[in-house]
This record gives sequence, C-alpha cells and structure tokens, in this order.
Amino acid sequence: MISNSPNLFDLEQSITQWRQFVLRRSAIVSDDADELESHLRDQIDAFMAQGLHADEAFLIATKRIGNLEAVSHEFAEVHTGRLWQNLVFNQQGASWSKDVLIALGFAVVAALLFQLPRLLGFNPEQHEWVYARNISLFCLPVLAGYWVVKRQLDSRAWWLIVATVGLFAIAMNAFPWQRISDTGDLAVLHLPIVLWFLVGVMYTGNWWQTDARRMDFIRFSGEYAIYFVLIALGGGVLTALTIGLFAFIGFDIEFFAQQWLIPSGAMGAVVIVGWLVDMKKGAVENMAPVLARIFTPLFTLLLISFLAVLLVSGRAFDMQRDVLIGLDAMLIIVLGLVLYSVSSREPSAPAGLFDTLQLLLVLSALSINLVALSAMSDRIFAMGITPNRLAALGENCILLISLSGYAWYYFGLIRGAHGFAPLERWQTRMVPVYVAWAAMVVLVLPIVFDFG
Amino acid sequence: MNLSKDLMAASSTPLVLGVIAEGETYGYEIVKRVEELSGGKLQWTDGMLYPLLHRLEKQGFLISRWHVGDSNRKRKYYAITEDGRKTLCEQQQQWQIINQALNKVWCDIQRSGSHDIEFA
Repeated sequence: MISNSPNLFDLEQSITQWRQFVLRRSAIVSDDADELESHLRDQIDAFMAQGLHADEAFLIATKRIGNLEAVSHEFAEVHTGRLWQNLVFNQQGASWSKDVLIALGFAVVAALLFQLPRLLGFNPEQHEWVYARNISLFCLPVLAGYWVVKRQLDSRAWWLIVATVGLFAIAMNAFPWQRISDTGDLAVLHLPIVLWFLVGVMYTGNWWQTDARRMDFIRFSGEYAIYFVLIALGGGVLTALTIGLFAFIGFDIEFFAQQWLIPSGAMGAVVIVGWLVDMKKGAVENMAPVLARIFTPLFTLLLISFLAVLLVSGRAFDMQRDVLIGLDAMLIIVLGLVLYSVSSREPSAPAGLFDTLQLLLVLSALSINLVALSAMSDRIFAMGITPNRLAALGENCILLISLSGYAWYYFGLIRGAHGFAPLERWQTRMVPVYVAWAAMVVLVLPIVFDFG
Repeated sequence: MNLSKDLMAASSTPLVLGVIAEGETYGYEIVKRVEELSGGKLQWTDGMLYPLLHRLEKQGFLISRWHVGDSNRKRKYYAITEDGRKTLCEQQQQWQIINQALNKVWCDIQRSGSHDIEFA
C-alpha cells in the first residue's frame, strides 16, 4: 500500500508486504526472502542517503530487484526439489544430516544436564524441589544455544546465554526460599517465559531486530507447542510399552524409566522439537493458525455466555480464588489464540468477518479481565496482599493493556483507518513487556515477600 | 549501450567468482562492485544474482554463511572455495583465448581496412 504523501509512507509495512509477495512463490523459501530483503534494505538505504524519499527509494529498489516471476523461475531451476518438497524435509543431503547431528548433539547435552545434579548428590526422588526450580534451566538455554549455532551468531550470543543462565540459576538456587513458598512456586512458573524469550532472541538470528522475524518466532512458538504435545504423547506410549515389555520377561525397569528415561527424554525433546519445527516450516506450517481459527469462535461464545451468566446472576464481584485462577488461565489462553490468529493472517488482506470475530473475542476477554480485576482488588483490599494476588494483579493489568491495544487496532483495521501492520507491531512490542513482568516475578517478588 | 543477453549470461559466472575471490562478500556488494568495475555499463537485474549465487554454491564453487554485521543487518556472505578458484582460473584462460582471438581479428580488419584506403 503506497500512499501519495511521503509522510504517510510506512517503509516497514511496505517491505513486509513485499516479502509476503516474494514468499508466495513456492520456489523461494524464507531464507532466500531474507537474503533478498537485506539486499532491498541496503539498496533503499543507499538511495535514501542520496536524498530520495522513502517511498521513491522503495519503488526504485524493488524495480531493480527485477521481475519476481523470472527470479523465482531461476530459483526453481537451481533448487528443483523445492516445488514438491513441501511434502518431505526441507533440505537435501549433506546439510540435512549435519543438521540432524547438531540437533542430536544439543539434545544429548540437555538430557545430560538434567542428570548433572546427581553428581552433587541430588536425585529427583528426594530433592524434587531442586529439579522443579531448575528444570527449565536444563533445557531452554540449550535450545537457545542450538539457534546460536544454526543462525551463526557470534560470541556475544553465548555470553548472553551464560549471563542469563547464571543470573537465574543463582536466583533459583541461592535465594533462601521458605519451606512452603508461594513466591518459589511463582518463580518456577514464570522462569520458562523469560528463558523462552532468550530462545526467541537467538531464533530470530538478528537480535530481535525486525518485526518480521519476531512474528516468525511467534509462529514458531505456536507450532512448537503442538509438536511438543504430539511428541510427548508418542514418547509416553513408547515408554509405557517399554516398561510393559520388560515386565513380561521379569525385569522391572519402572525406576529406570522414571529417573532416567522420561526426564532426559523430555529434555532432549525440547531441542529436537525446535529442530523439527524449523525443518517443517513451510510444510505443515499453519497448524496453530488452523486451530486458532477453529477455537476463536468457540472461545468467543464461551466468554460471552460466561459474561452473561455473571451479569444476570450478579455474582461478578463475589468470586473466589479458584474461579479467579481459572479466569486468568483462560485469559492467557485467549491471548495465545489472538497471538496466533494475528501471526497467521495475511497482512495485506482487507478487513473481513474473521477480524470482526477477533475484535469480539478481544472485547469479551477485556470485559472478563475487568471483572477479574475488580474482584481481585476487592480481595486485596479485604484480605491484604499476598505474592499470588500481586502476581495475578500484575498479570491482569498487563493483559488489560495488551487486550486494549488489540481491541483498538482491530477496531482501526475494521474501520479502515490503517492496515494490519500496526496490529502486528503492537503484538511484537508487547512480548518484551510480558517477559519483563515474568522476570520481575522471578527476581524481585521473592525479595519483596521475604521468600515466603 | 546495452550488452546482449547471451554475453551477460556467459560473463556473469566469471565476474561473480572473480569479485568473491577478492574477499568474502554479500549480494548487494557484488552488484555494486560489478557496476564499479564496468564503469556503470554492466547493470544486472539485482534479483537474478541470487539464483546464480545459489547455483554456484550448489556446484561447490562457493560457501555461504549468515552473518550479522556491524549494522545489525543479517546478510548471507559468500566465499570462494578451492574448486571455485580452479573454475575461475579455467574461465580466465578461456576468456583470454577468446579475447586474444577477437583482438587479432579486429587488428587484421583495421589493417586490411587501411590497405584498402591506400589502394584506392
């Protein structure tokens, strides 16, 4: 969308659209689009340095890239496999097996890391808290390390990983947690969010610099969740069969399975799933978006009917702890749904029915969020502040901001005030906010509440 | 002056290999360098360079790596391999043969042209 006035021209949005347009050709994969995009950006920078306006620079630069049909034809001739390889793995021959080996290597590292505390005299049976606090530190930094290798980042990346892991490992293990510690539980719940962001920074390969790569990471996360569940199911069946078969011939390996096989397998799976999702991107991609499309109307229906019942029965302000926890969990799932719907949407498409539906979902989630917030502040006024209440309050406030932004930009989109890019930008800009809050909960909240 | 398509196609491989043999570089820089070398007369369709680079990489003449430079822009850098150097050398010899042959024949044409004038 190129506007007439240079002031209104949104360069980032135009580049994103151009990239989408390039990627529509099946012979051009996302790596090639990256390469062409960096060429385009260099060219635009050069033109703008000569004094051209952004829109002129963009026009000439795209023109000089040439006819995309012809370019894609050339790509197709070079990479003959691509046109139907959507059905099989993404790469051929040598580099494929090298990738497998790298991924396997990192998976083994994660699996071994889980067993590391044994050397210090800990085991999962008696010291389950040691494991619970550290479990995400065993696997997610290793996945981040895998991306450092895959994306060929320099040593700064390794230092960032080491520093992050060091900081959080010290916090999780050196804090003098009380025996029953709510802040400890909260830290365990929030640490993975922070570490997942570390994975994201490495996954983007450009230090979280461009919205396009950030969106790629959000898509990756969606596919990752689905693949992980599938692989966990398969792993469960395999383990059960293994235990059963050995039991038939008189060997009891249940202990071995519980202490070694399952945990180390799960740690390894964290890396393997990451590799798999990246390999299969472009193939089954769109799994998460399809689910999002199916569940968006259903969740909207659920939220609206829940809201109606709340209002009619007048129980809105009399909500108990369990209800509030349930509501918060649901709001987070709704946010996830919105995230995936946004990342799967074709950015240049005009506003449609589904966008209205999304707006409806966001608005109903927003209303429930407000109800939950008021109930929460009632509880805090009546019964004082606890770690759980503070954490929930903070999460609700962030959700309020985030959902309001979504509602605002969806409204603008449907009204035709702007395109889809501002919505994407809002989405990717909010991610660091969630992460900062999670880091607060892990690092600061325990200190405030004296580790209780 | 527009160079003929066939000539552009034939010369692109030795040119690209030659530029990369000067040192590891990326697509945009290659285009700029070729323009500079030809005094602006050789202008490629920028997009066409990349399939060519991929082809040369597939043939084992180049290796590539992603690298985030100082400007924080992710670029794919290409470097020449041993095989690439050999190919470049062969191409160089072939082009020299053609170059010499062309030079000779043009010299001859000129000489015979001036003879014609003398005789007239």
